[in-house]
Amino acid sequence: MEALDPLLLSRLQFAFVVSFHAIFPVFTIGLAAYIAVLEGLWYRSNDDRYRQLAEHWTRIFAVVFGMGVVSGVVMSFQFGTNWSNFAYATANFIGPILSYEVLTAFFLEAVFLGILLFGRDRVPRGTHLFAACMVAIGTFISSFWILSANSWMQTPAGFEWRDGIVYVTSWSEAIFNPSLWYRFAHVAVASLLTGGFVVAGVSAYYLLRKRAVEVHRKALSMAMWMILCAAPAQALVGDMHGLHTFEKQPIKVAAMEGNWHTRTGAPLYLIAWPDAEAEAHRFSIGIPNAASFILTHDWHGEVPGLTEVPAAERPPVGPVFWSFRVMLAIGFVMIAVALWGAWLRWRGRLYESRALHRVLQWMIPAPFVAVLAGWFVTEIGRSPWLVYGQMSLSEGVTPSLTGAMALATLIGYIVVYGIIFWAGIYYLSRIVIKGPEGYAQPRPPEIYPLRPMAVVDVSFDDDPGAETAGAEHNAYTLGESRSAEQRTGSDGVGGAGGPEGPDRDREQRGGKRHGVD
Amino acid sequence: MELIDITAIWVGLVGLAVIMYVVLDGFDLGVGILYPFMPDERARDDVMRSVAPVWDGNETWLVLGGAGLLAAFPAMYSILLPALYLGVFLLLAGLIFRGVAFEFRFKSRRSRPWWNAAFAGGSIVAAAAQGIVIGAFVQGIEVEGMVYVGGAFDWLTPFTLFTALSLVLGYALLGATWGIMKTEGTTQQWLYRVTPLLVVAVALCLLVVSLWTPLTQPQVMERWLSEWPRLLPLPLLGALALLLLWWAVQERREYLPFFAAIGLFLSAFAGIVASKWPYAIPPHVTFDEAASAPESQLFILLGILFMLPIIIGYTTWTYWVFRGKVRPSTGYS
Repeated sequence: MEALDPLLLSRLQFAFVVSFHAIFPVFTIGLAAYIAVLEGLWYRSNDDRYRQLAEHWTRIFAVVFGMGVVSGVVMSFQFGTNWSNFAYATANFIGPILSYEVLTAFFLEAVFLGILLFGRDRVPRGTHLFAACMVAIGTFISSFWILSANSWMQTPAGFEWRDGIVYVTSWSEAIFNPSLWYRFAHVAVASLLTGGFVVAGVSAYYLLRKRAVEVHRKALSMAMWMILCAAPAQALVGDMHGLHTFEKQPIKVAAMEGNWHTRTGAPLYLIAWPDAEAEAHRFSIGIPNAASFILTHDWHGEVPGLTEVPAAERPPVGPVFWSFRVMLAIGFVMIAVALWGAWLRWRGRLYESRALHRVLQWMIPAPFVAVLAGWFVTEIGRSPWLVYGQMSLSEGVTPSLTGAMALATLIGYIVVYGIIFWAGIYYLSRIVIKGPEGYAQPRPPEIYPLRPMAVVDVSFDDDPGAETAGAEHNAYTLGESRSAEQRTGSDGVGGAGGPEGPDRDREQRGGKRHGVD
Repeated sequence: MELIDITAIWVGLVGLAVIMYVVLDGFDLGVGILYPFMPDERARDDVMRSVAPVWDGNETWLVLGGAGLLAAFPAMYSILLPALYLGVFLLLAGLIFRGVAFEFRFKSRRSRPWWNAAFAGGSIVAAAAQGIVIGAFVQGIEVEGMVYVGGAFDWLTPFTLFTALSLVLGYALLGATWGIMKTEGTTQQWLYRVTPLLVVAVALCLLVVSLWTPLTQPQVMERWLSEWPRLLPLPLLGALALLLLWWAVQERREYLPFFAAIGLFLSAFAGIVASKWPYAIPPHVTFDEAASAPESQLFILLGILFMLPIIIGYTTWTYWVFRGKVRPSTGYS
């Protein structure tokens, strides 16, 4: 039965697990940087709004990070299960790179995440700020290593083949391969944009509902500055990345532009219906000569077409072409929103414009879609190569893998990820709905388990018992009563009964810190 | 022989990572395996809180093991994973469910039975999958030209099913002795009653595996006969650990049972290595053949030598911070 092709199913499976995984780190990289900035601002200015924001976003960070870790474990075994020939052939390079990611980045994140999440009342403020910076740096180091591996697959360098095995001849050339910095910059800015749009969207959500307005105005303002810097910068970085790809992987760019035949004065297609059989578009609308101008900076420049290589060496044009357009479209909408926000700020209406706030709220998923679309462009555009020009996808797949096995695990991962994704999104939305003003008093750190989500004290489901605070239903109940004692001792507020308003919450925290000092 | 045999160092490092993983994640998987049999929610809270601070770090050893294997012994990585394809999926799916259940169970009440089931089911599946990995390793894997050539279900034999059962029981024993160390009151009493049953069950399993393996594998039989009696200390150590464990539980010792259980695992691990040495993938591929290029092994070894002491220091520090008994929950009953 031809329908169960292990190669195709393995590609689908890898695309699925890596796409699912990728949305979490992209978000945590941007968010970790934001939290580090908030901690830094709080350290310098003592403005309590920064501390509230830092604590609120750290809670969200904890959940997203936890889901990233869980889905990341799968990634470290995918190369072996479905792409064992690739793993075996390239292990001399890929193995050390992935190991260094575990050793340098996961380790750094794990150590300092504990302090960031649980150490606020335990370590001096400077140390806590340091921990926030280390977590942020750790996320960037992690992306550096994984992008080094990925870029090497796109623009391999610093190696030689011996008996079908890759041997590294120059570690620096292999690690810092030609496309690494373009890719790293593109992903880093994408992460900052993702963090920026999520923070802006969630802040807008609160402002639309007039909740903790002072705090979230601050957050919205910061996020809009970030977007204003990052969105146009991304257009620049993306253009440089694209030109570099044009130089190194012209066929990929031909697929992105939907350019079938080598020609001068190639048009920039806005929409098209590519037909691989006919090697032409069934239908298209384009701007004359624009693609030539963008790629060669000459209106009549020559750009190579897909037909330069045999059909078997071309990537599927439709998915690459359309993913590229989705990414670009979202990018331009982002720039437009950034400029709109800047204009409103100039007119003094950034915090009042309900239209902007609504749009921002709707745009929360946009950066994730753009990131995934970008990955589709670069990864599907690489096919039929696994290592560009060196090893094809069909050479890399596990020889013993049958279509039925690949299908079984593909369905399995979809089911498993579907369940945890639902649980994670549901829980994240509960944290957002509860908001920073709804937080219970932080408990003494020694009763916190050192794991990501333990810092979050939002209930997973509706629980009537939660309203009677002091006997909160989670498992750290003794800690709850201990902190209640501490509160009694320090400022006499007592057992924290009844609903907690933001002012009261702040008062208690202040009292507690005082008591601990 | 080179100046220093890097491959030998790597065998030691991978062995260390496997032992660290099996002992550390073993006890927190064991807690999950015991979960459905626990007398009440309070006991479940107690044992879960005892592993909550550390399980995350415990599983990092698995990720390190996977990446380290790819870096140092790529043949093991690219042959074992396809050979155990469905088992690996079950292992990962089990670990995912269990990891998520950890986080959400504490924060739910209505959906708590569901998360309990996810935690127990995930732990049992993950432990059984690891038992199958060990069984498949011992029974041998079909390789031709450094590529797995067996079928999808070669790993599914009566022997691997039995090793799966053995490891589930073994992890349950580790988890129970860990629980004895970390809890008190009724939870601890229950664990004291369960542990002797597990000791007997694990002893029987070890006995069966120790006879089954050499009787079906002449290579192993010959190894033990030719090395006789130099390998004798290994089974003796195991028997000693079992007796010590039994005695310690009868005496109601709190710390000794856990360390005796670790001793039991170490002796079993050493026994498997001694039976199969020098094969990385029995019965054909040796560690030397499975190794990556020396320069690649060296490149990552430098990082390991620098980072591993720090990681072990951090792990130790975490256990130190959360030392002592788990405090009983008082909020709900």
